[in-house]
Amino acid sequence: MDEPAVSMGLRWVGDDAAVIDISGDVTAAAEPAFTSAYENAAKRGARRLVLNFGGLEYMNSGGIGMLVTLLVHASRHRQKLAAFGLSRHYREIFELTRLDEAITICDTEAAAVAAAS
Amino acid sequence: MTEPGRSGRPQRRAAARPRDAGSWAPKVRRLAVTRRGRPGANVDGRRLTGPVQGFGQMWQKTYRMDLGPDIAPRQAIATWKAHFGEFWPAGSRFDNSLTGISPGDVALLDVGLGGGVRLSTGVFVLYADEESFTLMTPQGHMFAGWITFSAARTDPVTTVQAQVLMRANDPLYELALALGGHRKEDQFWIQTLTSLGRYVGAPPAPVRARVVRIDPRRQWGQAGEIWHNSMVRTLLRRATRIRGR
Repeated sequence: MDEPAVSMGLRWVGDDAAVIDISGDVTAAAEPAFTSAYENAAKRGARRLVLNFGGLEYMNSGGIGMLVTLLVHASRHRQKLAAFGLSRHYREIFELTRLDEAITICDTEAAAVAAAS
Repeated sequence: MTEPGRSGRPQRRAAARPRDAGSWAPKVRRLAVTRRGRPGANVDGRRLTGPVQGFGQMWQKTYRMDLGPDIAPRQAIATWKAHFGEFWPAGSRFDNSLTGISPGDVALLDVGLGGGVRLSTGVFVLYADEESFTLMTPQGHMFAGWITFSAARTDPVTTVQAQVLMRANDPLYELALALGGHRKEDQFWIQTLTSLGRYVGAPPAPVRARVVRIDPRRQWGQAGEIWHNSMVRTLLRRATRIRGR
């Protein structure tokens, strides 16, 4: 198996809002990094999760599947999810897969943090 | 390239043409099927449905089989794409004769559900590259979700995998899945992988199945999708034809 070519950074933009900065390739192989970032945010009490796709370079259907799993976890823990930084190409993929109906997509980080409220 | 976001934080923009650009289907709102002799009545005009939209509990089902050391992942996927329907169990039919498995293609299918009940529906090719491809289902299909077929090398063997991420599309399908549908689906993919292995000349190997319930909740807001139920519509069309004779 190839090593995942992705990195996930976690930072806080408020008491209960965490931003996950995603860089590189989002595929099924990114799941451990993604889960770790999510669990760290949840452990520290994040109620709002914002995904920053500004560094996204590649995504396949396995990556989209992983996002659905994250969405379910967040929903079960009553956490709100929003995203920003998606290029037009990836925004269209979110629309095609109808993931945009469950994850609010915004143009800026500030708007995404507000949308996750 | 970087540019400042409105919040003042630099936003890195992806390259003009991402590496995956040719692998994804173009955006569609509703499926269009115009095929002489097979109108695709349960597919034409339907919206695509993913696991976010379905009604029932969400499941992730993974079926894996080792093909041995002699078949490369790309070779396995090329064969799978070229002969996809041939690997299906007897009694079920996959018709991609006019298209193939390329991003954006729509294939019609007939699945025998037992007891003379058939499900006429279709699938949309959401994603395809040289080592994987993903099918997405339309409204009325038994489940809302994606099936991803992939192959990977973990030396010294190549492993093929079919992974389903799904919710039953409506309450009737949810009941049908609970009353044996899940078991039947397991058998379906186990037989499919076994047929693929046999076709490429792989040494006999067991299919490993792993089923995880991702979300135990049902989405009652989606119960109205029963209106599109392709199984009911297929049965009604058949009954109407018989009465009209």
